[in-house]
Amino acid sequence: MREFLLGKLDGHALPHEWFTIAGSIAFIAMMLATILVITRLKKWKWLWSEWLTSVDPKKIGIMYFIAGGFMLARGGLDAVMIWLQQAFSSGDSHGYLSADHFQQVFTAHGNIMVFFVAMAFIFGLINYIVPLQIGARDLASPFLNTLGFWLYIAGVVMVNMFFLLGGEYAATGWLAVAPLSGPEFSTGVGVDYWIWSLQISGIGTTLGAINFIMTILRMRAPGMSLWKMPPFTWGSLCSMVMAVTVFPLLTATLFLMFFDRYFGTHFFTTTGGGDPMMYTNLIWMWGHPEVYILMLPAFGVFTEVVSTFSRKAVAFYKTNVIGMIGVSSFALSVWLHHFFTMGASANVNAFFGVMTIFIAIPTAVVFFTWIATMYKGRIKFDTPMLWFLGFVAIFTIGGLSGVILGIPPADFQLHNSLFLVAHFHSNVIGGVLFGIFCGITYWFPKFTGIKLNERIGRQAFWCWVIGFCMSFIPMYILGLMGAPRRLDHYDASTGWQPLFVMMLIGGIIIAIGLALQIAQIIASFIQKNRLRDATGDPWDGRTLEWSVASPPPFYNFTVIPKVNSRDAFWDMKQAGDHKPEYEDIHIPKNTAAGIYISIFAFFIGFGFVWHINWLAVVSFIGILIVFIVRAFDEHPEYTLTASEVKELEAARTKQAKAERRHNPTNDRDEDMGLWELIKVIVTFGFGLARKTLTRGKA
Amino acid sequence: MSRHIDHEAEATDRVMFGFWVYLMTDLLMFAILFAVYAVLHGNTLGGETGRDLFSLPLALQETLLLLTSSFTCGIAMIAARQRKKAQTLLWFGITFALGLAFLGLELYEFAEFIHEGHTMQTNAFLSSFFVLVGTHGLHITSGLLWMGVTLIYVMKRGLNDHLVRKLAMLSLFWHFLDIVWIFIFTTVYLRAFV
Ligand code: HEM
Ligand SMILES: [Cu+2]
Repeated sequence: MREFLLGKLDGHALPHEWFTIAGSIAFIAMMLATILVITRLKKWKWLWSEWLTSVDPKKIGIMYFIAGGFMLARGGLDAVMIWLQQAFSSGDSHGYLSADHFQQVFTAHGNIMVFFVAMAFIFGLINYIVPLQIGARDLASPFLNTLGFWLYIAGVVMVNMFFLLGGEYAATGWLAVAPLSGPEFSTGVGVDYWIWSLQISGIGTTLGAINFIMTILRMRAPGMSLWKMPPFTWGSLCSMVMAVTVFPLLTATLFLMFFDRYFGTHFFTTTGGGDPMMYTNLIWMWGHPEVYILMLPAFGVFTEVVSTFSRKAVAFYKTNVIGMIGVSSFALSVWLHHFFTMGASANVNAFFGVMTIFIAIPTAVVFFTWIATMYKGRIKFDTPMLWFLGFVAIFTIGGLSGVILGIPPADFQLHNSLFLVAHFHSNVIGGVLFGIFCGITYWFPKFTGIKLNERIGRQAFWCWVIGFCMSFIPMYILGLMGAPRRLDHYDASTGWQPLFVMMLIGGIIIAIGLALQIAQIIASFIQKNRLRDATGDPWDGRTLEWSVASPPPFYNFTVIPKVNSRDAFWDMKQAGDHKPEYEDIHIPKNTAAGIYISIFAFFIGFGFVWHINWLAVVSFIGILIVFIVRAFDEHPEYTLTASEVKELEAARTKQAKAERRHNPTNDRDEDMGLWELIKVIVTFGFGLARKTLTRGKA
Repeated sequence: MSRHIDHEAEATDRVMFGFWVYLMTDLLMFAILFAVYAVLHGNTLGGETGRDLFSLPLALQETLLLLTSSFTCGIAMIAARQRKKAQTLLWFGITFALGLAFLGLELYEFAEFIHEGHTMQTNAFLSSFFVLVGTHGLHITSGLLWMGVTLIYVMKRGLNDHLVRKLAMLSLFWHFLDIVWIFIFTTVYLRAFV
């Protein structure tokens, strides 16, 4: 009976090690604090109806950013833990982590950074910007979009769940190689948590990708042919097409792994005729394209930014787009370079080696179009442009080291060394993360109506670049000296320790950079009067997202624009103003169906992790019911009439005017620096304390 | 009013396109399962092979049932497009019955295997067989569920645009499953005997 009700769950699952106890306390405290604050402010209803159940891609985009930001801090903490261990665990000292725990930390770090940070930010950017760029009011299926987001959140909860129950995460590396991750060698629940957090969020990604393909291919403004699409939309389209191509692979592979672990099948086992090597192939057939799914939207961001800040149209636009398409197609046929050493024949290795090196060609093509765009441009060095330049420097190193790794004989030396780790971090940090930061800085005025503080932004940028070089150049060197990856202890005679310590210092500088970025956002809101952008077009932009107010109204466009050229908005500006007209607008209603389905999906996963079959079955039925109710709702939209739109627009214009009058731009004529920010915060804190104290007395 | 119709037509176009994309993702998932079967089907550890286990007449019956159901599904869709409610219900009803019969045969085959001790834990060949064919069976099951629920709504609400769109997607799904089955029939069952 007990086993039926609770499966494998019992008292041992409760936190009893320092890191699970600390993690649990931190999570519960954060939850309680949030609940308390929201209740105090009486904001529950607002939160539910304005945000959580919203189907507005702009709000969903912001929610992705917030969740991704938290996960970035969470994954960053893992990174610092890894570096701390490696800096001290030499010779007699064995550091502060056990080998097993160390393995869990780097596994969680990889999963969180790829699935729950990078993917979240990329999807957030696509959600917010793509509909605006193509002149659409919404996505093709607003419901799939919330569903995808909430499945992602379910994955986030699942990946952190082991703190509360189970106490262990997978200790298998971020792709859980077989047969190590199979039932014989990983007996705990760690790998099950791994499977279900990836499975649930991965299905959300597939749904989201289908939705964006529908949106981009079917909902562009009249006149916007494919060759007139803004580069970011192109990058997103390439990325989403890759996602629908490879995410079903991940889903299938994870299901097979789950079957091995749960039902005792023999797909990837060493016994019963299973084939562990097949797992390696399948997971990398997804895994390699995945890194480009992240990279291509970032390429799109950079193209936009280079063009805007060089004040020139994108040079060789078609070449740029063809380059991105080339990258995304080549990327589907290079996966074997991740396991040159695992017994493929020389000819097979040669083929995949050549394909891998070929990828550098379309990538370089895209790079040259950026250089051509800058050539003879009047370049402005605002922070988005800085992120771009940082990206060029670091990503080039990463790409070149990739080409070295792509040569099979070299890879036999470098495979699974720190050289590899340095390679992909150059690309993932210098490419994807910098692309995300670049995009967020660039579009922040669109999200909020406020530009970001440049001064602190610049400091944050330099911390990232310097910190990156300090931690990853030693890592390249260590790799060349023969240091393997995933090392929890090394001999003192290797002489590696100084380099590891340098890496730790670099990591701390990066952490300072991250803290500065948070400070930057806070400072921008404090100085919002000075930094407010009332025009909606702070950078003198070229594409349609800049043609609407910042932040845009929930219906995006009063009238769907007609597009005649690539830089649609630039032309509109040259042509001068025209009179506004209004029309009826269909707006999708809010829905909580996505939330309910995701809660059930979470419990399916949870049930399978702990072998509580009834829970999984009941949750599955729950999903079916919610899905049916939603699918047969024939009125998921309401209509906003032309006169209502007119009123809303009038009210908005009036408010914008009032704000402008209210804002005699005199509060300071410079962005505040860090010291000032600290002063302001401390003064504010004292004021608050004094107020509560005196109120307490009275 | 005409604007409204435009809006509906556009929505239908979008949804159908999206559903195609979804079907492609599903197809890729099946492609993986086929590939896995192709890799593992020889790994019987000296146990019975497909040739010893499969019954061709049974597989042929299943194939015929599913093919016929695809045909009746097509007729049902024609009726639905012409808004003929009674005929739609009748032909989809027949499709449903054929689908159910197919599922019955498949379950019978599975039960038979398991009864004889050929479970999916036995060896890699049987693992991949059960998962490939079973995944198709699960798709058929969800198709039947979808059909049943939609038909109930058709009875209640009549054939409106919304429901006809649902039926159109369903028929795409059904034909898709038919095609996947043809692949299963050839690569799993027929190939075992060549
Ligand atoms: C010119 C472009 C690139 C080339 C030639 C290249 C080549 C390679 C090769 C050969 C490996 C395997 C090395 C080994 O395991 O021994 C590798 C690993 C990796 N690459 Fe790249 N790469 C390129 C771009 C990128 C980009 C853009 C990203 C991410 C956005 C990326 C992320 C990774 C990751 C995450 C791994 C290692 C994963 C692991 O083993 O856990 N690469 N790359
Ligand atoms: Cu790769």
